[in-house]
Amino acid sequence: MFPKVAIVGIGYTPFRTITPDVSFREMVFEAASKAYEDAGVHPQEDIDSFVTCQDDFEHGRSIWNMQTPDNLGAVLKPIHTNCGDGILGLIDAYMQIKSGLRSIVAVETHSKASNVINRNHLIAHATDPIYNKPLNINPYFIAGMEMNRYLLETGTTKEQCALVVSKNKTNALFNPLAAYGEKITPKEVLDSEEMFSPLKRLDMSPMADGGIVMVLASEEKAKALTDKPIWIRGLGWCSEAPSLETREWGEAVYAKLAGEMAYRIAGIKHPRKQIDFAEVDDTFSYKEPQHMEALKLCRRGEAGSMIEEGATQRQGEFPINVSGGSLGVGFLVEATGPQRVLEVVLQLRGEAGRRQLPDVQVGLAQSWRGIPYASGAVMILSKE
Amino acid sequence: MGMRKVAIVGAGMTKFMRRAHETGKELSWEAAKIALDSCELTLDDIGCVVMGTAPDAFDNIHMKGDYLGDGAGAWRKPYIRGFVGGGTGVFVADQAWYHVASGLFDTCLVVAEEKMSSAMPHPQGNFITCWDMFTESPLGPSLLWFFAWEMNRYMHAHGITEREIAMVSVKNKKNAMDHPAAQLPAEITVEDVLNSEVMAWPVKRLDVSPTSDGAVALVYAAEHVAKRITDKPVWIEGVGWCLDTFYVGQRDLYYPKYVEYAARQAYDMAGIKEPSKEIDIAEPYDPFDYKELHNAEGLLLCGKGEAPKLLADGVTQRTGRQPWCPSGGALGVGNAIAATGLMKVAELFWQLRGEAGKRQVPGKPKKGVAQAWGDEMQVGTVIVLGI
Amino acid sequence: MSEKIKEFPGTPLSEKDIIEKKVLFTEWHPEFMWAWDTGIGYGRYFAELKKGRIIGTRCNKCRRVLLPARYFCEWCFRPVDEWVYLEDTGTVNTFSIAYTDWLARRIKKPRIPALVEIDGSGGVGIMHVLDEVDPKEVKIGMRVKAVWEPEEEREGAITDIKYWKPLKEE
Repeated sequence: MFPKVAIVGIGYTPFRTITPDVSFREMVFEAASKAYEDAGVHPQEDIDSFVTCQDDFEHGRSIWNMQTPDNLGAVLKPIHTNCGDGILGLIDAYMQIKSGLRSIVAVETHSKASNVINRNHLIAHATDPIYNKPLNINPYFIAGMEMNRYLLETGTTKEQCALVVSKNKTNALFNPLAAYGEKITPKEVLDSEEMFSPLKRLDMSPMADGGIVMVLASEEKAKALTDKPIWIRGLGWCSEAPSLETREWGEAVYAKLAGEMAYRIAGIKHPRKQIDFAEVDDTFSYKEPQHMEALKLCRRGEAGSMIEEGATQRQGEFPINVSGGSLGVGFLVEATGPQRVLEVVLQLRGEAGRRQLPDVQVGLAQSWRGIPYASGAVMILSKE
Repeated sequence: MGMRKVAIVGAGMTKFMRRAHETGKELSWEAAKIALDSCELTLDDIGCVVMGTAPDAFDNIHMKGDYLGDGAGAWRKPYIRGFVGGGTGVFVADQAWYHVASGLFDTCLVVAEEKMSSAMPHPQGNFITCWDMFTESPLGPSLLWFFAWEMNRYMHAHGITEREIAMVSVKNKKNAMDHPAAQLPAEITVEDVLNSEVMAWPVKRLDVSPTSDGAVALVYAAEHVAKRITDKPVWIEGVGWCLDTFYVGQRDLYYPKYVEYAARQAYDMAGIKEPSKEIDIAEPYDPFDYKELHNAEGLLLCGKGEAPKLLADGVTQRTGRQPWCPSGGALGVGNAIAATGLMKVAELFWQLRGEAGKRQVPGKPKKGVAQAWGDEMQVGTVIVLGI
Repeated sequence: MSEKIKEFPGTPLSEKDIIEKKVLFTEWHPEFMWAWDTGIGYGRYFAELKKGRIIGTRCNKCRRVLLPARYFCEWCFRPVDEWVYLEDTGTVNTFSIAYTDWLARRIKKPRIPALVEIDGSGGVGIMHVLDEVDPKEVKIGMRVKAVWEPEEEREGAITDIKYWKPLKEE
């Protein structure tokens, strides 16, 4: 009664610091054209519904949704916007198909971060207007505070976080889509300018532009469209307390609960054994170990040593962020989550080029909405 | 079609007000609490939360959905905020349906909230950024321009007069006098509307619904749970939504094709072949009086250009054969954008269960359709309910 | 259960309550700046406006003109085939007479926003304003012509056309 759902088409533009030659509409058109070609579908004739993920203020519009249909070929078709991270868009498409309402759904996310001139003001605008805005502090302090608490509660060190930066930026050198690949040592990270103590400048992901479109299909359609469907095995999402004053600071509870839901649906009891690799959010270096623990990829307090031992390196026992993560690829705003899913799909399809991991069957992608909020989503994908 | 049956089992709302003391979170909470109490459930019984709230610019908080999360009961729960401009209120009613219909959850709490009064000096100012930032915003457009264009085109295409349209305002504001949460219930006459201040011809002050603060919430449950909670579940029988092109010059404003396409999706799913006969109550979106007629035609409740005649003949009055906006609509209750859309769904819920008090439509109605609309006047969102 | 709900919650405030500071409130004046990339389609559209010309694009598959000029056809979902210059005359598709501005304040001289179908496009309209005409004379179907800013003052924006005025045709 409830069909399985697979990703049958992917399309994307390379992620770059600026993209002045194209408007966001043209960028989405490019990603969508590629995704539709990959899936072998035409938007007007074959796709039943479309989902986009964006917040109004990213483009400075009040009602972003109105600008979406033309760029995806979705004129006079069902299309809506979720104001949330891109993995929620994929989850939304999944639910539409699972309910029996749709057979093929396309999901779009993109970043034109370069068009936002003063991002700090934008993020500050997301904080509570009564309790937090009047403090008039650069909102990135929230990440600094969280890192401080996380390091204290778990014993993870700044050096271990710097290792994450080094690993991810180096991994990105093998990712032709990544904007910030570089060979960098943990010492260089620790020597970089202190921004929001204990966050250093190199602990923070730089911004990038780019677009990602994916096509999802029900089991029946997926098998007809492609011989490499990637199945969605598990999914979960969760929002923790929005207010800074009442949330958990040391633990990523949203990721823990989202992970639990995803594992339950996928029937996974031992994540480290039953999953081969993961793409987790690393917007700030400390988020990677924090998410590793929340997702039960290791015990609380042990992520630091797992990283130090090299287990999460590309050739390690449990590779994490082989794509380069946000630190190496660039922070893509709402397209960050889908970029993780994209990497998992490419790896499972065997299309990851020089960064191809051998013999992978099951991958996990996780996203975090970003400061100042504590919400995120998890998706588990497999070849069979 | 083998789809899981989902019902609405509880509803709640706050008053709709020009400016509320309560914050957006508090408004959401109030509505959600009443909705949960109405079916004797607690937050622990709720599997997921869906939030609908229109432009972030109103409450003026970026990522507003996350901010309102705790007010909507989404603490440590799966939570999604859908947004299709003015169509949001009915869209999230559709979105919540597929949350439960997918089999992932057995219950869902849907909340729609709006706090327009935060925007100073006037919420309307926020709409200057809804146009195309390259080719339209530099002209300094007021939101009213668009409505005025559409109303003009509609009148021109069918030879409809301002007088005929004004009757919608009269009807809805009068209907709202029986709605205890209404913002602008009033007994006005057609002359009052025609003599009111011209804001952007042909739109006059009394043609327009007021900006509002308010929140509405509904509780959804899958069939086996719904039957345990209540002996009068209201089933969601059809959902549909559709968006037209953003390029306004490429379409004709006299008819909302996108509403028709959305309505057809919903009617097909519900097995309705002749909506004009099979629908007992309709709540088309009426931010302006002519919109009720325009949208009702899009909902296939009558032919193109025929809506004014149904209105004049009394068919769409509360005591008529097919009441439209028995709640009082946006014109009477208030236009808290997303909350208004969900208010219309809540109205159908109460009407179909015979619980609408003084607004109760006679004759035991069985099927209702609610619709919302918005974006750059290009989105139609529809839901069909049945008991 | 609307009849079962005893009291709908909500505390209405009046404008006076805010002005007289009877309630606690905070004020915030955000400072946002965006620099949007115009891209290929709009980039050329504005470059042509600066030269005093209106340009669209054509999709040969569905045989439509796209205006404002766009890089891809949203119906056929393919790149367009050619650029096509259009006239700077047109027909009023719909209009309004606005007595209030975008902040809902009354203005002294009413503005006349209109959708003008551009000649040569097959009925495609762009948003703009009319002037040099008595509001009472404006009709759907009226013929109009663009009045441009002087060349040295054009910036490559939609405002390079100041407004549209009635076109007297023989």
